[in-house]
Amino acid sequence: MQSSEMFLLLLGASVLAFFLGRRRSEALAHISGGLNSLHSLPNYHGYFTAIWTALPALLVLIIWMTLENYVIIRLTFESLPEHLLPTDTSSTTLLANKINNLALGVLPRDGQPTEILAAAKQLLRYNEFSRWTMAAVVSCTALMGFSWGRSYLSTEFRARQPVESVAQYVLFCCAVVAIFTTLGILLSVIFESLQFFKSVPVFDFVFGLEWSPQTAIRDDQVGSSGSFGAVPLFVGTLLVSAVAMCISVPVGLMSAIYLAEYAHRSTRTYAKPALEVLAGIPTVVYGFFAALTLGPYLRTIGESFDLSVSSESALAAGIVMGVMIIPFISSLADDVITAVPQAMRDGSLAMGATHSETVWRVVIPAALPGIVAGIMLAISRAIGETMIVVMASGLAANLTANPLESVTTVTVQIVTLLTGDQEFDSPKTLAAFALGLMLFIVTLILNVIALQVVKRFREQYE
Amino acid sequence: MSTTVVSAAETDSNTRSQHLMSGDQTNFLNDIQDHVTVGTCFSENAKMSIKNVSVFYGNKQAIFDASVDITENQVIAMIGPSGCGKSTLLRSLNRMNDTIEGCRVKGHISMDGQDLYSPKLDVVELRARVGMVFQKPNPFPKSIYDNVAYGPKIHGLTDSRYELDEIVEESLRRAGLWDEVRDRLQQPGTGLSGGQQQRLCIARAIAVSPEVILMDEPCSALDPIATARIEELIEELSQNFTIAIVTHNMQQAARVSHRTAYFHLGKLIEVNPTEQVFTMPEHNLTESYITGRFG
Repeated sequence: MQSSEMFLLLLGASVLAFFLGRRRSEALAHISGGLNSLHSLPNYHGYFTAIWTALPALLVLIIWMTLENYVIIRLTFESLPEHLLPTDTSSTTLLANKINNLALGVLPRDGQPTEILAAAKQLLRYNEFSRWTMAAVVSCTALMGFSWGRSYLSTEFRARQPVESVAQYVLFCCAVVAIFTTLGILLSVIFESLQFFKSVPVFDFVFGLEWSPQTAIRDDQVGSSGSFGAVPLFVGTLLVSAVAMCISVPVGLMSAIYLAEYAHRSTRTYAKPALEVLAGIPTVVYGFFAALTLGPYLRTIGESFDLSVSSESALAAGIVMGVMIIPFISSLADDVITAVPQAMRDGSLAMGATHSETVWRVVIPAALPGIVAGIMLAISRAIGETMIVVMASGLAANLTANPLESVTTVTVQIVTLLTGDQEFDSPKTLAAFALGLMLFIVTLILNVIALQVVKRFREQYE
Repeated sequence: MSTTVVSAAETDSNTRSQHLMSGDQTNFLNDIQDHVTVGTCFSENAKMSIKNVSVFYGNKQAIFDASVDITENQVIAMIGPSGCGKSTLLRSLNRMNDTIEGCRVKGHISMDGQDLYSPKLDVVELRARVGMVFQKPNPFPKSIYDNVAYGPKIHGLTDSRYELDEIVEESLRRAGLWDEVRDRLQQPGTGLSGGQQQRLCIARAIAVSPEVILMDEPCSALDPIATARIEELIEELSQNFTIAIVTHNMQQAARVSHRTAYFHLGKLIEVNPTEQVFTMPEHNLTESYITGRFG
């Protein structure tokens, strides 16, 4: 029996246990005079039995599944003759994989030593045995859990408390999963970055002005200086993001103000979803719009003004990215502006302020924290955005503040460093992790700054 | 429309007013249907005058043909059970009802002879002349100073920072708040206590030197001590301002007002000098209300 089937079985068993427990509790209540005689409602008794049925069995199942492979491989190795046994860890994994693949029939059987083939057969047997034993053990645990849980049920039994605490632990575990995932990602990035900083000094990486990650494979290779200065990338990122924010902040904010304060209710019901559709367009689509339509168009316009605009310019990428970000800002800003109490507006209007004065002097300041939060979210989004810049702003790491030139960004470089066949001991590949780490830190710092700004300038209404 | 009025009045009379039951009930019901306000609605020295005003929210009529004058430099109290339309009428005096969708005002409201609902009227200017204090204190999320300076700033009443400082101090003094906040003018107005916030709102309203101040249950969110301070303030302010106050607190109406208007189910029942309303009301509904039989 497969473990996924076991999960389904356990789910079914716990649902059944719920109904049995509930019925038992209802019967108890019936004997001793109505639902009032129960400490906890029948549903809680049901949940209690369901939890006792599922949880211990689930635990056994998970432990079994974790240990299964290891134990089986060990057992299989025991049947092998001395000379075939592995000597170090990597050859152990290799041999285990080989046997596994043979057992699955992925690897052709011809030319393998008979002992190994026998081991593969043995493995299959063990697997079969393990599955059935697991099914039996897990079912037994579930049954025992069920009868154990059911034996607790009585009119005075406080089923509510354990059920509530289990619910709390489940929620806690979900939160922990999210936190540990973040931590895990962060740690893996940090360790790879440390590898990288062994070959390239931190100072050179953070403050270096030249980015040219091609390392020489042969000594006589030309044009492979292998310099890892991240400054041009961050300047490029900031340039593109700045252009994007110049577009999205005013447009997004003003459209939010229009929708929240001026638009008629019927206009709003259509305009707001229409604006939010922008957020649903895949970034690839924005990307080719930027690369194929806007880039060449800007170039033509530039020519008519005697400006040399690169056909892959920071401007094109930034403008399109700005358009992409508009709904983020407008939607969030709209929500916080709508949340400002009507009493504030009334107070201002009753002073003889015009609608616009009310909006600019009372509503916007009151909504500022939310608006800034929206903008910060948008900036993080802009810095992390990859597809549009890959397609529209090029790969050349120019250190420039001119948006008409082609620049490259941190995310684009990470993509180019990690796509294709890569070796994980060269600084070229590891640089991607260092860049990721830097990007993470920069975004973090931006968020902290924004929080401080908001704290300082917020005008708090009740 | 008239049926709902009848049934609601019936409920009132059945459940709460034994007195009315014993009277001639048919006569009373006719009374409220085609009611003509009793007492002295009109005044020689009227600052604002309301003539035959009806207010509608969509299809629902909230005020039925009310006529009353608001006398200059006096306090008029509007009392009545919840939902009787007194706040609605108050809000139509500075056209704050404009902000409510579907609200229509029929009839004639004028201030110093000028029609408030004529298309030529500038609402912004009107609201600068007719200030308003709301039920719940609603200071802006700004500093105490900026709250008071808000009006003068948007109306460009001052040329210099110094003048503005003076207006702020003067307004806060008149609102009786200066001594409590003089050392913390730059702190947020929302940090004050409820009573202080309401006085801040009054200071904010008088900073633009309005001619009329409308108060919509200004003390309903305050404790008795804060209420007493606001009432003192209203008395002082009535020397310079014309004040219309909506209140649920009849003692308050008796204490602060010169004239009292009693509303019932959207009808203006009676307008008379306050002493008379509270000692010898002309209309039996007014009497029932002020003696606490309903409301």
